[in-house]
Amino acid sequence: MVDSREIKEDELTPLSTGAWILGAGGGGSPYYSYLNMREMYKAGKRVTLIDPMTLGDDDLVAVISSMGAPLVGQERLRDPEFATKPVRMMEEYLGRKFDAVMALEIGGGNALQPLMVAAVTGLPVVDADSMGRAFPEAQMTSFAIGDLQMYPLCLADIRDNETIVARAASWKWMERISRKICTEVGSTAATCKAPRSGKEVKDWGILYTTTRAIELGRAVENARAAHEDPVQAALDHEGGALLFRGKITDIDRRATEGFLRGSATIDGLDNDSGSVFRLEFQNEFAIGTRDGVPVAMVPEIICVMDTLSGEAIGTETLRYGQRVSVIALPAPPILTSERGLQNVGPRAFGYDMEFESVFPDGASV
Amino acid sequence: MRRIGIDVGGTNTDAVLIQDDAVVAGVKTPTTDDVTSGILNALKDLLSGLESGPGQIDAVMIGTTHFTNAVVQRRDLKPVAAIRIGLPASASLPPFVDWPDDLAEIVRGRVFMIEGGHEYDGRPLVDFDSETMRAAAQEIAVSDITSVGIASVFSPLTGECEEAAAEILREVCPDIDITLSHDLGRIGLLERENATLLNACIIDLARRTTRAFTEALHQSGIEAPLYMTQNDGTVMRAEFAEEFPIYSFASGPTNSMRGAAFLTGLNDAVVVDVGGTTTDVGVLQAGFPREANNVVEIGGVRTLFRMPDLLSVGLGGGSIIGPDGTAIGPVSVGHRITSEALVFGGETLTATDVAVASGLIDLGDSAAVGSIGQTLQKAAITRIAEMVDEAVDRMKIDAKPVPLIAVGGGAFLVPDELPGVSEVLQVEHRGVANAVGAAIAQVSGEVDQVFSEMGRSASIEAATKLAKQRTIQAGADPESLSVVEVEDLPLSYVPGDALRVRVRVVGDTAPNQ
Repeated sequence: MVDSREIKEDELTPLSTGAWILGAGGGGSPYYSYLNMREMYKAGKRVTLIDPMTLGDDDLVAVISSMGAPLVGQERLRDPEFATKPVRMMEEYLGRKFDAVMALEIGGGNALQPLMVAAVTGLPVVDADSMGRAFPEAQMTSFAIGDLQMYPLCLADIRDNETIVARAASWKWMERISRKICTEVGSTAATCKAPRSGKEVKDWGILYTTTRAIELGRAVENARAAHEDPVQAALDHEGGALLFRGKITDIDRRATEGFLRGSATIDGLDNDSGSVFRLEFQNEFAIGTRDGVPVAMVPEIICVMDTLSGEAIGTETLRYGQRVSVIALPAPPILTSERGLQNVGPRAFGYDMEFESVFPDGASV
Repeated sequence: MRRIGIDVGGTNTDAVLIQDDAVVAGVKTPTTDDVTSGILNALKDLLSGLESGPGQIDAVMIGTTHFTNAVVQRRDLKPVAAIRIGLPASASLPPFVDWPDDLAEIVRGRVFMIEGGHEYDGRPLVDFDSETMRAAAQEIAVSDITSVGIASVFSPLTGECEEAAAEILREVCPDIDITLSHDLGRIGLLERENATLLNACIIDLARRTTRAFTEALHQSGIEAPLYMTQNDGTVMRAEFAEEFPIYSFASGPTNSMRGAAFLTGLNDAVVVDVGGTTTDVGVLQAGFPREANNVVEIGGVRTLFRMPDLLSVGLGGGSIIGPDGTAIGPVSVGHRITSEALVFGGETLTATDVAVASGLIDLGDSAAVGSIGQTLQKAAITRIAEMVDEAVDRMKIDAKPVPLIAVGGGAFLVPDELPGVSEVLQVEHRGVANAVGAAIAQVSGEVDQVFSEMGRSASIEAATKLAKQRTIQAGADPESLSVVEVEDLPLSYVPGDALRVRVRVVGDTAPNQ
């Protein structure tokens, strides 16, 4: 890409569509972030996207996300000023201004969180994230896999409660402490994670994922406009695999301990008639089993799409009776490395099994 | 069982009498501006044609596109005061934020955002600001606003704040219409609020329309309960329906598809409903309309309602044909077809005139279209076939040929053969399929209650059993029951592992009812 460019208004929907697919059911519906961006673009604000490789080694980058249970995000809607609050807290705490912002995760509404902050502050957005998808926990990032420093963290609540976690003994301690705070304030909080240097982003970030989400979204939207199969368009674009088609017959869902946890059962239709698919989730889909046999698992991206429209369906928007396609997309290579799997493989989610790829012959992203 | 089904469309009011599994009679009359006289005319035509007289009528079911047309055409809508309870959260996305500008301009009377609402676990978000609410009510009282929509954060969990706001409103403005979002269900503040505000802006029209229906029935001398059909093909008593017109939004297309299935005995097919102004294409799956995806827009407004997946194109019997025959619609003479089309002595060339000229149907004065040239006829008929073909092709999900059922007053415009279609069915009473669909509407039973200390699966099982019982009590054939919705919401603020379970069951009316 060019060193820097303006994100055009007509890229906001493809970004939302693509990010919702890459979110693996999590990251929160991008619709509310999209609406906020649309309103700000209407008011004349613009956001610049920069190539991560143009960052100076000593540049300071804010890593942004909304943290919590996605269900809560459907009632307590995202707000740009509020999203910016922890960034200002962090600048004050560090005594230093940020040079750019980036997404913690490119999945779901969190893909647009840095855009909202950028529109408020005027800072540019780095074309990168630290997951290449969405994950539920703090230690599930490429920065954690790279063993980078995990503190400080700034967390803001809409009621004027502000928290700074000044130090944590490990990424998991950071997760535990920040999750407790997040749960206490209603399982949703605006956060600014441990700041990153330009060098850290270049070395350990998952690069060009904003562009990737926009392109994926565009492929799906083009297919939809041409009355072609949008699910197939997503598979073709990402080199993914169709796992199952069916109708949702049960959703067991709980907002608990700061997450949205549960499972969904899908009865097969068409070629999958007679089979049952089960998805288990913790904010994001973690594992998919077909007739009791695991067929897809983290860190590969399991996504549920509306069979007809190709719209991704999040763990909070799954509904009884929906006709859906379950697909798997390859994960960024760093996540399936040995160290990656320690942080984001099935065992990291409490499943006692070895990671087995949907793409045994290797997949290229 | 003898039931009358009525469909009040923008152009025509149709009525049918159904006895057990057969259509006894069906009529089509023009819709009138006052609605009532159109229904009276239809009923008079219907019953006067019966040799044995009206006999016992068990129920009258009315379906209408009146409410959806009002929103789509931006007419008869009342400005609404929107009250959002949830500050300091969600401040950047106020009510109406994602409405089309032209619709928002009409409906957005006042917007009040007030502190209050709840957390997902039932704790208050912040205290409800009843002082500001009272000030808002006083402002509404001195304005010309007659309808209010109230939505509070996490109200599906607890409607406390909405009820408190409504109580203040009723105190200050005793005659005001109030729609509360928790009555319309579902997590999703913006979508639930949108549905609430849509309901609020047509509640006055709905009340007037429903009362006109009741009055027409009364004047006709028919003593039978009146039901309104809903989006999902079931019915609701008229007095309840007038408070929740949002539930009747898509009842027109649902009825025509269900009617098409009934008339042909087919459960899987494409249904093409050609009306006066538009053609709606939908897909029958197992006898029911295929539902649209997750989020459905009504008149451009995003809601979470279940609606049939439809494609509308601007082709109807009244569509105006351009001079060379290749430009068809979207402008239509609508219900003025009986005076403006050439075959009815008018001066406008419509799709119906072309159909009469080409011998597709015998209607009105065929001599009046004798002067339409072969070239124009052919061009128009070809273009009409293309429009139907395109729409059908877009709605099909695979290439396999499927049967097509042509219904509606303009069904004769559907060509006999189309690519990807195994056969085109044109059956008796096709013109009044929507009224047939209304007459055979299903009954439903719903349970929405809190179960404690039972565990999830036992709670859902208990709720489902109860919903089935209620559906049977409402007159359903026990063999025909199907569960269409199951939703559970843990209430972690209530002790004892409490779960709010909502189950909805529908079924066909038992034949011996």
